[in-house]
Amino acid sequence: MQFTAEILARIQFAFTVSFHFLFPALSIGLASYLAVLNALWFWKRDEAYLRLFNYWKTVFAVTFGMGVVSGIVMSYQFGTNWARFSDRAGAVIGPLMGYEVLTAFFLEAGFLGIMLFGRKRVGDKLHLLATALVALGTFISAFWILAANSWMHTPQGHAITPEGLFVPVSWVEIIFNPSFPYRLVHTVLAAFLTTAFAVGGVGAWHLLRDRDNRLAKIMFSMAMWMAALLTPAQILAGDMHGLNTLEHQPAKIAAMEGHYETHKGAPLILFGLPDDDAEETRYAVAIPKLGSLILAHDANAEIKGLKAWPKADRPKSAIVFWSFRIMVGLGLLMMAVGLWSLWARWRKTLYSDRWLLRAAVAVAPSGFVAVLAGWVTTENGRQPWTVYGLMRTSDSLSNIDAPAVAASLIAFIITYFVVFGAGVFYIFRLVSTPPDLLPQQELEKGPVRAAGLTPAQEPRDGV
Amino acid sequence: MAFDLPTIWAALIAFAVLAYVILDGFDLGVGILFSVFRDEHDRDIMTNSIAPVWDGNETWLVLGGGGLMAVFPLAYATVLPALYVPLILMLLALVFRGVAFEFRWRTRRWKPVWDIGFMMGSTVAAFTQGIALGALVQGIRIADRQYAGGWWDWLTPFSLTTGVAVVVGYGLLGTTWLNLKTVGAVQDKARRWSLILAAGTLGLIGVISLWTPFINRLYFERWFGWPTAVFSGFVPVLLAMCALALWHGLRTGKHLTPFLAALGLFVLSYAGIAISFYPYIVPGALTFHEAAGPDKSLGFLLVGAAILVPIILVYTGYAYWVFRGKIDPGEGYH
Ligand code: HDD
Ligand code: HEM
Ligand code: HEM
Repeated sequence: MQFTAEILARIQFAFTVSFHFLFPALSIGLASYLAVLNALWFWKRDEAYLRLFNYWKTVFAVTFGMGVVSGIVMSYQFGTNWARFSDRAGAVIGPLMGYEVLTAFFLEAGFLGIMLFGRKRVGDKLHLLATALVALGTFISAFWILAANSWMHTPQGHAITPEGLFVPVSWVEIIFNPSFPYRLVHTVLAAFLTTAFAVGGVGAWHLLRDRDNRLAKIMFSMAMWMAALLTPAQILAGDMHGLNTLEHQPAKIAAMEGHYETHKGAPLILFGLPDDDAEETRYAVAIPKLGSLILAHDANAEIKGLKAWPKADRPKSAIVFWSFRIMVGLGLLMMAVGLWSLWARWRKTLYSDRWLLRAAVAVAPSGFVAVLAGWVTTENGRQPWTVYGLMRTSDSLSNIDAPAVAASLIAFIITYFVVFGAGVFYIFRLVSTPPDLLPQQELEKGPVRAAGLTPAQEPRDGV
Repeated sequence: MAFDLPTIWAALIAFAVLAYVILDGFDLGVGILFSVFRDEHDRDIMTNSIAPVWDGNETWLVLGGGGLMAVFPLAYATVLPALYVPLILMLLALVFRGVAFEFRWRTRRWKPVWDIGFMMGSTVAAFTQGIALGALVQGIRIADRQYAGGWWDWLTPFSLTTGVAVVVGYGLLGTTWLNLKTVGAVQDKARRWSLILAAGTLGLIGVISLWTPFINRLYFERWFGWPTAVFSGFVPVLLAMCALALWHGLRTGKHLTPFLAALGLFVLSYAGIAISFYPYIVPGALTFHEAAGPDKSLGFLLVGAAILVPIILVYTGYAYWVFRGKIDPGEGYH
């Protein structure tokens, strides 16, 4: 492969945005989880919820910090690396991101300080409000950024000037473009599931060590409810998302399915090795007609294969074929764990079934993997376009030399692995401490997260 | 001068960037000061003073960048590639300084390492912002709606000088902030450093002000031509008054005055730059009317900005108010 500025810039975007999204995937879910814990504490005055709040608050603070700094990188990267895209499409997607800043980022940032350090200063009621506003901010943020991203997949509501600039015609059409509702639901559910399995894994881990830890029981139980209820919803949402994609981006579906030929009554290829040069999927293990049934809900429907498009307009199949299968496989696995938890709950063995607990620990990271696999499918399947069907990736690049992109890519890789590697390590260390012992433990380690005017560990924590 | 959408937006973006410079300026300044405040307890107090607000401060940078893309896409698409190297360095530096707030509390052994990251991150971010400013003042080559220069064009003695000036200036904002928010030894030290950094800041403002008119004929005419010379004559006078207030405030042990006076220095220097630039967004190459997107985009976002910016200012003010007052040096050790 030739390392042109284009390919380097694509790798850089994929690398930085993938890292970035790992953090929102957790912070969107955790923000809501914290708001719920805070509300439960406010309502029931059960000390356990406050402790759980403080336990996950620290994890949230670390995650959120990493989300912010990796996000700022993203918003400047459109200009540094994708200047022609910014010039031509900036008038359409720029205002969406502008609204994201005005409605979401300021809200999150403004109340984050109060949420993290302000409970004593503002009292429980306002503190609860601040927590809820931070959680609301994460949703609003997802709304706008996904509107921008979805418009790039299914553009509408714009006109193109003679110079080739995209100009808005109808903002309602731009924002509520055809793929947006599906992507919003699917992505927010994904963030919730990611959090549920992460929290559940931590709870299970501590239950395996101490079966009577009440806080671990609470978090495990809450997480497993989420898992059981949301995985089926997510699979349904994913299925509908796929139908929508078939309608608007059929080439992406062909690549995801590994179909090169157009079929009536297309098979479902479970596994195989798509080969873009030979234009066939080798060693395919396929179930006849099931592909059409799943994709079009009609066993004899016609599904176009990649050969229906000129080579220059096709996405590459090899990556999206596999990333899609990883996502779906993990989704089914997560559903299995969710159903198992329902069964165990019914049998009253939720906290004592050691195999369930072990399974929950094992699938703890599955949300993160599924989320990345999903984005790779979506974005890579859009290729070779940045604005689907209208603007090619190769026309989107800045006028910048390959060495500049290469140098910055290397700098990003080193920095991200060092900095975020350390952050992930600290998160692991935080959650490896059993929940109710946390205050004492931290005391031994010296200053707690004292940042802020009020130390985070309030006297109530039993310090 | 008509108040059309591009003009309003030019003013709004200028406001966002100014808000960024003075707000993140003092917390980057606190990071820069880690190089002279070496005691761990002092450093805890210093980070405590900014931990609840730094994220909000940095959000103005996102508004400046994101807003530029939304309303002046052509400027965004030409300035950012021109400043490729300093901007990437700035982003990487901001990564280090942003995570340090959390990370330094999560470890004992590595705390000094994250403190260095915090110090270096803040310093490099300030330096590269100054370089970006200097490079913009010098002008950027644009052809065919694209940046047409090389990737080292920004590197000149002038841009390096503006880089140093911003580091020193943010340092001053940091010391005067600490003078406001701390007591005892930290405050005393901050006050002493304020005097040194104030002298440095004023000296560098002087050097750059004298240098700028000779970089581009545009600036020369703006500052020495009639009638703008009258207007631009005010700026140095006001600068001198701020400097006096700063000096006097520090001498008489005031807490708030020096900080406000330091902010005044920044606001005035910024106004000076705005006077030089108008009506350009990229001096000599692109006016803000030429860079503006379609009215439909500007109008759409303006509705949101008109409603939301005042609300944002209110709750940001509230967040500052919640954390008002001096940092208790004993706090943080429980
Ligand atoms: C579905 C959600 C989602 C997606 C697809 C993205 N982000 Fe993000 N982003 C968030 C959800 C989010 C968030 C939940 O709002 C974050 C995560 C942690 C945080 O601090 O806020 C955030 C933070 C965040 C910040 C820092 C905000 C601050 O200063 O507080 C910026 C500038 C961006 N993002 C920009 C981007 C860009 C340019 C993206 C696309 C390429 C992107 N995000 C994808
Ligand atoms: C966090 C969620 C996202 C993830 C994980 C993600 C993932 C990716 C990946 C993997 C690529 C590289 C594709 C390739 O080169 O094969 C890519 C490219 C790109 N994405 Fe996304 N993306 C996300 C959100 C967005 C959003 C919200 C936007 C726009 C507002 C966006 C705009 C782009 C652009 C401009 C490129 C570069 C051009 C290209 O290669 O297509 N992405 N993204
Ligand atoms: C098992 C059933 C699932 C199905 C059928 C499914 C289906 C899909 C499809 C078709 C896409 C591509 C949409 C496009 O055309 O751009 C997609 C994207 C995505 N998936 Fe899934 N998915 C499933 C499970 C999951 C799970 C469990 C997660 C994470 C926890 C997840 C996270 C994502 C994300 C983050 C994206 C990218 C954003 C988007 O386009 O919505 N998916 N999914």
